[in-house]
Amino acid sequence: MKQTEPEVTLALAKEHGLNEDEYGKILDILGRTPTFTELGIFSVMWSEHCSYKNSIAVLKTLPRDGGALLTGAGEENAGLVDIGDNLAVAFKIESHNHPSAVEPYQGAATGVGGIHRDIFTMGARPVASLNSLRFGSPKDPRVRYLVDGVVRGIGDYGNSFGVPTVGGEIYFEDCYTGNPLVNAMSVGLVEHHKTVSATAEGEGNPVLIVGSSTGRDGIHGATFASEDLSEASEDKRPSVQVGDPFAEKLLLEATLEAIETGFVAGLQDMGAAGITSSTSEMSARGIEKNGTGGIMIDLDLVPAREEGMSAYEIMLSESQERMLIVAKKGHEEDIIAVYRKWDVQAVTVGRVTSDNNVKIQYRGELVADIPAESLVLGGGAPVYIREAVESKPDTPAAEMTPDSGLNLKDRAIALLSRPNIASKRWVYRQYDSMVQTNTVTPVGHTDAAVIRIKGTKKALAMKTDCNSRYVYLNPLAGGKIAVAECARNIACSGARPLAITNCLNFGNPYKPEVYFQFKTSVQGMGEACRAFNTPVTGGNVSFYNESTHGGGRAAIYPTPTIGMIGLLEDIDNLVGSTFTTSGDAIILFGDPDLNLEGSEYQVIQYGTPGTDAPDINLDHEKNLQDLLVALAGKKLLHSAHDVSDGGLFVALAEKAIMNETARLGFDVDLEDCGAGPYRMQQQLFSEAQGRVVATIAPASAKAVIAEAVACNVPVRVIGKVVPQGAAIAVDGHDTLRFSTAELSRAYYDALENELHLNELL
Amino acid sequence: MADITVGVVVFPGSNCDHDTMHAVASFDGVKPVMLWHGSHDLQGAKAILLPGGFSYGDYLRAGSIARFSPIMKEVVEAAGRGMPVLGICNGFQVLLESGLLEGALSKNRDKKFLCCDTFIKPVNCSTMFTSLYQQDEVLSIPIAHGEGNYFAPPETVASLLEHDQIVFRYCDANGKVTDETNPNGSVNNIAGIVNRAGNVLGLMPHPERASEKLLGSDDGRRMFESLFRQL
Repeated sequence: MKQTEPEVTLALAKEHGLNEDEYGKILDILGRTPTFTELGIFSVMWSEHCSYKNSIAVLKTLPRDGGALLTGAGEENAGLVDIGDNLAVAFKIESHNHPSAVEPYQGAATGVGGIHRDIFTMGARPVASLNSLRFGSPKDPRVRYLVDGVVRGIGDYGNSFGVPTVGGEIYFEDCYTGNPLVNAMSVGLVEHHKTVSATAEGEGNPVLIVGSSTGRDGIHGATFASEDLSEASEDKRPSVQVGDPFAEKLLLEATLEAIETGFVAGLQDMGAAGITSSTSEMSARGIEKNGTGGIMIDLDLVPAREEGMSAYEIMLSESQERMLIVAKKGHEEDIIAVYRKWDVQAVTVGRVTSDNNVKIQYRGELVADIPAESLVLGGGAPVYIREAVESKPDTPAAEMTPDSGLNLKDRAIALLSRPNIASKRWVYRQYDSMVQTNTVTPVGHTDAAVIRIKGTKKALAMKTDCNSRYVYLNPLAGGKIAVAECARNIACSGARPLAITNCLNFGNPYKPEVYFQFKTSVQGMGEACRAFNTPVTGGNVSFYNESTHGGGRAAIYPTPTIGMIGLLEDIDNLVGSTFTTSGDAIILFGDPDLNLEGSEYQVIQYGTPGTDAPDINLDHEKNLQDLLVALAGKKLLHSAHDVSDGGLFVALAEKAIMNETARLGFDVDLEDCGAGPYRMQQQLFSEAQGRVVATIAPASAKAVIAEAVACNVPVRVIGKVVPQGAAIAVDGHDTLRFSTAELSRAYYDALENELHLNELL
Repeated sequence: MADITVGVVVFPGSNCDHDTMHAVASFDGVKPVMLWHGSHDLQGAKAILLPGGFSYGDYLRAGSIARFSPIMKEVVEAAGRGMPVLGICNGFQVLLESGLLEGALSKNRDKKFLCCDTFIKPVNCSTMFTSLYQQDEVLSIPIAHGEGNYFAPPETVASLLEHDQIVFRYCDANGKVTDETNPNGSVNNIAGIVNRAGNVLGLMPHPERASEKLLGSDDGRRMFESLFRQL
């Protein structure tokens, strides 16, 4: 039976998202008109999502090696970092924004599933999962639907798959109303000698597809991810894949067991662009390494979910929970037996060749024959440097009211109840954060999530972070701050920052102002990574996050999310973030100029974020990190928590109430605060960077101050921990007093109230 | 003296199997072995643990497929002969589906998966699983489930009460049992029950997650220890 396929023309290529130059390049590469299947292959491989064509030139400016990196960015499915004891950490963050915008539950679920596959295809067992979420105002009913679906999707997938979701962040800003961000991160552990490369090598080695059958779901998902969202995007719901965490759990166990046999020569996840990307990328890596390679696949052998699928559909399907394995010749049956034990399909569908091409056969015909390197990033895929033009936001400066004209206690409680500040308990309780019994402290009791490594004294600290409002106001400073805040959080837990992965969420790169935000924030990120010696192991770029919902086209705030890993050499040195002991001295590290630029307070009080991000000093940040790690190593800190969103007041309140079963109070007097009319607001709510609130035994004060002086970090004692109640005075007067219960109510009930969740049930 | 063998059943989709193995292995003189769902061999185990997770994906109803597995046929028979069986979370669900315990677990009261620390108290310390606990002492042991809302008809509950089969109840930090301390809507705040013969216990909280101070609590250890001392 021969199917009629559309005639391939420039017009059809354009419908596939390729431009005239790109189509011309394809004609040159092939020396002929592509088949319909080949056109599909080029269109997904050269889509923004797979080729990084508009971002790779900028990404190459990031520090991508050094430190403890075992594989550099882009070399494998995820970065790999040495942590000693013959162990390595594989970790990566990835976006699933557009699928989640149209189908929040499946979009988020498959985002989680996809990133875990990237980790275990390297031979690593996923040990933790984190995320970073952005939504519009929770007052919008559709936003509430999205929040509910995304959170359930992340929870249901991770809970069933059996990997604890240990950390994350969630922000609400109007700019995300039509275009939420769903970034998922996976962290895995692997012994050095068990890592597997995503390389197809060894001529004649059999190529297997394992996992689910191939269906028509998710066709052109990668292309969908590479265009703006619009009302018509709803029609792309079929481009969203459907997740099956049970299938993936079996795939995980079977794959790790298959790797144990020693007969797996290469392995890659089938994520975006399915069989197409896995065959071409694995081939290209083999060719790069050995000079020759290639893969030949017979699509008739691919288990299909439905009849009558065309070669084009099979090649472009993004059916979930599938992987491509290159087995060692003669041992495919050993591998198939392992998968059979776990009731997972494994079928030989082709072999490694030496003609450097990806060849696809179907129903006795050669339907695609393309040089593998021409398809991939770093090979023939296009690379563009776009025009960048700075366009400063036109947000006004705040017209401040003097302290004397405000009820500051009232303002403080209002701030604590803001969804961006308040407890995310409603969200994280839907995630199993404890499975695998490595999660050292409950969620929220440390600044970074901490996972112990069984059989060692070590633990991993991990965090996701990005204050996109800062990036919007000042891309350079905002990029630096995203990295610095992650590192500060990791160091607060006592761990040394090791490396980062990033998920760069931006608008349409063809707009010069968006490209400027992208380029400049990446520059800031790179500067911070160099200053902290935390190289970038890889990540993901998500452009076209712009939406036509609610009237005019609005770009999201530029959101370069950072996922960072740190190492705690000795779990006994772990430092929590909440008060532990009544009578402890409260100390503040860091003494920057205080203003309210970019702060959450300024947004709610004066209706504007201001005109700039807070200042950031990378040398100071590095000193502060070194100090925190040193003090943790000497067991001098009882707690440490960074001052970030909401300023010093929120940091203190969180230290008092975040441990729900052991709440304590504080008595703080801030001295030498000057005489300005806004000094209280600045002292309480400024988000000035480089500050950490810690508690120590009073007897340790001398030693801690000496260590801080040695590290060139300003330090002062600001108060003490008390059994209950909170008081903050400025220069001995203007005291604000709160009961611990009052703070708790404001902090814990706000998000649930705001989301009006009962309306959804 | 040879180690006592304790079997941990592995269903496809079990995800607390390694955690349970880890907790069991931390006791001297006890050797955990994994029992594959497709096997009929209990490998000489003196007690069986059914771990938490999502057996067979639990797409239909938690535990509903697992009960048909070959290993469960052996477990049910062995339980009938008095073999101690402890089902945790999904394992509890499997025990109910298998008919080893009475009642059912439905979706949590607020229809959401819930993972958090809970306080429970043993209300029957004469079972082989609770002998090292003090009556009514407050234990901190976490839960993580979407279907943990224990239900049984009033006559069954009355019978459970009459025969002292209710073993754990959700309470607050001071041991008070109220609606507010009931995380999932379970009737009578029931967190765990035992069969009439006293050798089969099912509970929703995860003792294996509360077996080391490092994880926040080791209150769950004595549940394993009580059991292992009987073997």
